[in-house]
Amino acid sequence: MATREIISTGNELAAIAAVDAGCKFFGGYPLTPSSEVMHVISDLLPKVNGVAIQMEDEIGGICAVIGAAMAGDRALTATSGPGMSLKAEQLGLAQMAEVPLVCVNVMRGGPSTGLPTRVSQGDILQSKNPSHGDYKSITFCAGSLAECYTEVVRAFNVADRFMQPVIVLLDETIGHMHGKAELPTLEEVQAGIVPRKTFDGPAEEYFPYQCESDEPAVLNPMFEGYRYHFTGLHHDKNGFPTEEIETCRKLIQRLEDKVALHEDEVESYEEFMMDDADFMIIAYGSVSLAAKEAIRHLRAEGIKAGLFRPITIWPSPAKKIKEYTDKIEKVLVVELNIGQFHSEVQRASSRLDIDGLFKVNGRPLSPYEIVNKVKEIL
Amino acid sequence: MAFNYDNYLRLEKMPTLWCWGCGDGVILKAFIRAINKMGVDQNDVCVVSGIGCSGRFSSYVDFNTVHTTHGRTVAYATGIKLARPDKLVVCVAGDGDALAIGGNHTIHGCRRNIDMTMIVINNFIYGLTNSQTSPTTPKGMWTVSQKAGNIDPTFDTCELAIASGASFVARETMLDPKKLEKILIKAMEHKGFSMMEVLSNCHINLGRKNKMVSAMENLEWIDNITVSKKKYDAMTPEEQLNLLHLGVLKQDTEADEYCDMYAEIQKVHQGKRSKITQDDFEKKI
Repeated sequence: MATREIISTGNELAAIAAVDAGCKFFGGYPLTPSSEVMHVISDLLPKVNGVAIQMEDEIGGICAVIGAAMAGDRALTATSGPGMSLKAEQLGLAQMAEVPLVCVNVMRGGPSTGLPTRVSQGDILQSKNPSHGDYKSITFCAGSLAECYTEVVRAFNVADRFMQPVIVLLDETIGHMHGKAELPTLEEVQAGIVPRKTFDGPAEEYFPYQCESDEPAVLNPMFEGYRYHFTGLHHDKNGFPTEEIETCRKLIQRLEDKVALHEDEVESYEEFMMDDADFMIIAYGSVSLAAKEAIRHLRAEGIKAGLFRPITIWPSPAKKIKEYTDKIEKVLVVELNIGQFHSEVQRASSRLDIDGLFKVNGRPLSPYEIVNKVKEIL
Repeated sequence: MAFNYDNYLRLEKMPTLWCWGCGDGVILKAFIRAINKMGVDQNDVCVVSGIGCSGRFSSYVDFNTVHTTHGRTVAYATGIKLARPDKLVVCVAGDGDALAIGGNHTIHGCRRNIDMTMIVINNFIYGLTNSQTSPTTPKGMWTVSQKAGNIDPTFDTCELAIASGASFVARETMLDPKKLEKILIKAMEHKGFSMMEVLSNCHINLGRKNKMVSAMENLEWIDNITVSKKKYDAMTPEEQLNLLHLGVLKQDTEADEYCDMYAEIQKVHQGKRSKITQDDFEKKI
């Protein structure tokens, strides 16, 4: 497979990826440590007749993005934790009205203003349920520079497949990391674009929200002769508000099932030296880089450690986690929060003896901290 | 022959949820007649509403319609308009939508002067949610959240829009639907951000505790607190004190429109023109 090399940062690669994936609209607000996504894309989009706008606040940023996506464009916003908190209500509308978009969250220390320039992975649980109500989030987490690109590309295709927001988590370390990334060629990326489904029959036969119980809505772009209604209220097959009991139940169940019954389509993980491993480390994002380094050291000392790295965080690769935790006794979850994914591993494995190495002081985890923790457990 | 609204209404949604005697229906009909007179294709119109009684406006009219979250109409509409600059985008918001929870989007929409029309239906109260204070509730009136009497100073929607840079600002009441129709056409035909405040009644949730129990009493009150711009301008400040002036209060046809300006940004990045500098603008700060 042909590839190309780009020397860049994670944030810049996320912006380039969006444009390569056919994104035509960016709306956002400056927020450390994600701002470089906006800096870069505001130069790239006008070149391809796209639009990048710095809105008056984080809420305005995602509102404009949802508006552009309703009009029919692929659209991106980028932010960090405080911005995710502000965008939460609109993400809920995009879930409810089934509007596809990609939201990059470059994680920094929280809660609140937290540690604006320092690394964290504290938004794992937030990305599962940013808004109130029931729906099934899709969240990816980039674990390398190349993935800052490939996961954003994948996010656009998955957003259009499932007609809902897809969150791509970077963290401060990976967003600001500078280095060489081996990427698929532009031709390959463009050939892989799967746009959202549309309806091309007569307008009177078009019911955007009338679909199978496990399928997303089919939303035609605006202004093309199919006049329908978007709302955050419970709605019927035409998108109009309703409180009819069965319609309400079926809608919310469908929002769950359209993802839950097709998890295999979004599942993604990496297994690193897992073939003969009798000690499993679970890590994601920038921490997985330290974990890989730690595993090399441990292997040199004869300790057979391996890494399981979820790339799709939500829905989590629970079956695969269970498969491993059933056969490997020693399991250590390493993350820059107080056990947010650890709790998911406990749930997936039905085990309460999963070890954790957590760090929440805004500093990255070093390979030696992981090595020492593994030895302590052994 | 009487005007036939059927082509523009989603008839299956009738009757509306609005109370008997509500002004929202009068405004909706004036809006439909205005669109019809302008000769715009229904497929080329997008109506974006917020939350509150006015929020239901979008579900009754047969255009491309969006019912957004509370206060965010202009922000959603900004994305729609920038994505499809050749389409007619109209926001319909209430006073709570436009001036309280969505105030930031309103002032920045005005400031950008993006080509859309914002119809603010001002009924001086939070009607849908049973009489809480709005930013336009007159001082001293009873509200369910200030039963001792409202002490919050009021916002003047139009003064706010003018100060924020909207290039078209007008105020009318729903008392004269013909006049409203004409001024709505002016607002929608204007290129740039048009703020169109329409004063309306809520005798149910403003009136019943403020000695205006019928629609007629509420409308009489609106009539009494409004005066044409011409008369207003001839008054002394003392006479103007508790009055709102009606008509086109500002129209600047020279102001740069945002989508047009963004097209210049695209030209810069596509190597079709030099960078935009301060020399490109008459007013710089």
